[in-house]
Amino acid sequence: MANVLVFAETRGGELRKVALEAVTAARKLAALSGGGSVHAVVAGDAGIGSKSGALAEHGADSVLVLEHAGFAQYNPEALAATLAQRLGSGTYAYGLFSATAQGRDLSPRIAAKLGTGLISDATGFVLDGSTIVAQHPINNGKVIVTLALGTAPAIVSVRPSAFQPAADARPVVTEAITSATDPGASRVKVTALRTGGTGKIDLGDAPVIVAGGRGLKTPENFKLCDDLAEAFGNAAVGATRAVTDEGWRPHSDQIGQTGRNVSPNLYIAVGISGAIQHLAGMRTSKTIVAINKDKDAPIFKIADYGIVGDVFEIMPALTEAVKAAKAQG
Amino acid sequence: MKIAVCIKRVPVMEVKFVIAADGTRVDETGLKYDVNDFDLWAVEAALQLKEKAGAGEITVISLGLDAAQEQIRKTLAMGADKGVLLKSDAPTHDGLAVARALAAEIKDGGYDLVLFGRISIDTMNQMTGPMVAEILDLPCVTNVFKLDIAGGRGTAERALDGAIEVVEFPLPALLTIDDGLNKERLPSLKGIMAAKKKPLDVKPAQLGPVNVSVRKMELPAERAAGRILGDSAAAVPELVRLLQTEAKVL
Repeated sequence: MANVLVFAETRGGELRKVALEAVTAARKLAALSGGGSVHAVVAGDAGIGSKSGALAEHGADSVLVLEHAGFAQYNPEALAATLAQRLGSGTYAYGLFSATAQGRDLSPRIAAKLGTGLISDATGFVLDGSTIVAQHPINNGKVIVTLALGTAPAIVSVRPSAFQPAADARPVVTEAITSATDPGASRVKVTALRTGGTGKIDLGDAPVIVAGGRGLKTPENFKLCDDLAEAFGNAAVGATRAVTDEGWRPHSDQIGQTGRNVSPNLYIAVGISGAIQHLAGMRTSKTIVAINKDKDAPIFKIADYGIVGDVFEIMPALTEAVKAAKAQG
Repeated sequence: MKIAVCIKRVPVMEVKFVIAADGTRVDETGLKYDVNDFDLWAVEAALQLKEKAGAGEITVISLGLDAAQEQIRKTLAMGADKGVLLKSDAPTHDGLAVARALAAEIKDGGYDLVLFGRISIDTMNQMTGPMVAEILDLPCVTNVFKLDIAGGRGTAERALDGAIEVVEFPLPALLTIDDGLNKERLPSLKGIMAAKKKPLDVKPAQLGPVNVSVRKMELPAERAAGRILGDSAAAVPELVRLLQTEAKVL
């Protein structure tokens, strides 16, 4: 029986999908230990506590609500101090985070404060006694390592999409908590937050991603990807490094080892040859479709379905077909 | 301006890795090594800051095998001033152990800035930088892809999963550098010659307790070979049918 503290990530006052994934993973960890409690921490501006219901629905026994104007934006110094204080209180055997940009910034600070171990970007885990044993991709995702961490509290961050949110409803129990340090005193000040990327849905949250490569030939031709994403309705548009380096798309749209790591249900690679550095960021997608004129392109080796042909002919036809399929419901 | 840059020797990834017989290591036969990409961009950032300031000193620090001297020399050839190798014969996946050893070296160096790459592409921990910042109580900004330093303060833009945060911070500070900030320069012949005479201090790494251990290494499951459905838009109806009935994603 071990209790788990899980950090539920928000953006713009809303829970991110990864928050529900993290609570699901925390529930699993508590169950593996023989049934401990899961406490979720949610931080934000006044009113963030209203998001507690979704966390309870996914298995949080209690939601610790940290409401303060100083948490309206990501505030790592005050958050790390507050979470380290909680996690180090002796109540918890495990701390669980999402391996997002935010979680991978926050969790190491807490591990260092507590002098405890951290396994980052876990794709799965089991318990061996109280030791957490977790899988984590290394060497550009070409090797999987299984790591063991026995210190208490042990901290783990879980890879987005590795755990699918699962309903496991509990009564909504909330507790207001306060920051361990003055949230206004943090040395690093956020002066602006811009939603980057070009899509309405973030690449990390989108169930469908349409990604374009140099095979699209000009920045204007990305409209073919935008149109297909629009036809899906729940899709985001990504790009290869070659394309973001050319400035055709913003840097924040880049998928690959040096950009975002994504695992959507459906990944459609358009005019993408499949350089190693790109594959490292998307190879764990559930279903991969490749459209490319070069039959020898490496992308076809990992694609479930491929069409070897002209993207300028195929994309408009695919967009119309998806629209028709969606219209039929 | 005194800048420390932490770099790592990593395998060149354009190979098919083989797991060693004991199942807990990668077979190193035939592997080539280079400086981790992100760390090269951190070195380049330091060089540009020094050039802009007109003065300064860049110390490159690495923790690893004796062979990592070669990677430190490469950064000296790019223009860094001196190197420190914290020698460790036992590579570890415990980011905190590495962070403690690096922090002990950086602590009394009087650095205005400490730079890391965002992630090492071998262990892919992405934790050492913020841990060092925490141990040394330095302001920390991760995933920096735009940077300006002036008058003892910095402004940076950082990538945050599709959003961009603009931040201000005081020096000294620790930053981790992301793709997009710059492209690293190639060492010139003159730089390579000069690097041979630059100081490179080798001393044992003070790793302390190691709490993360390797149980197993394996290659990821190969994706089953896919199907080529056709060579024109005529294949689109079949693709849509498969997405609906087989993959069930539409």
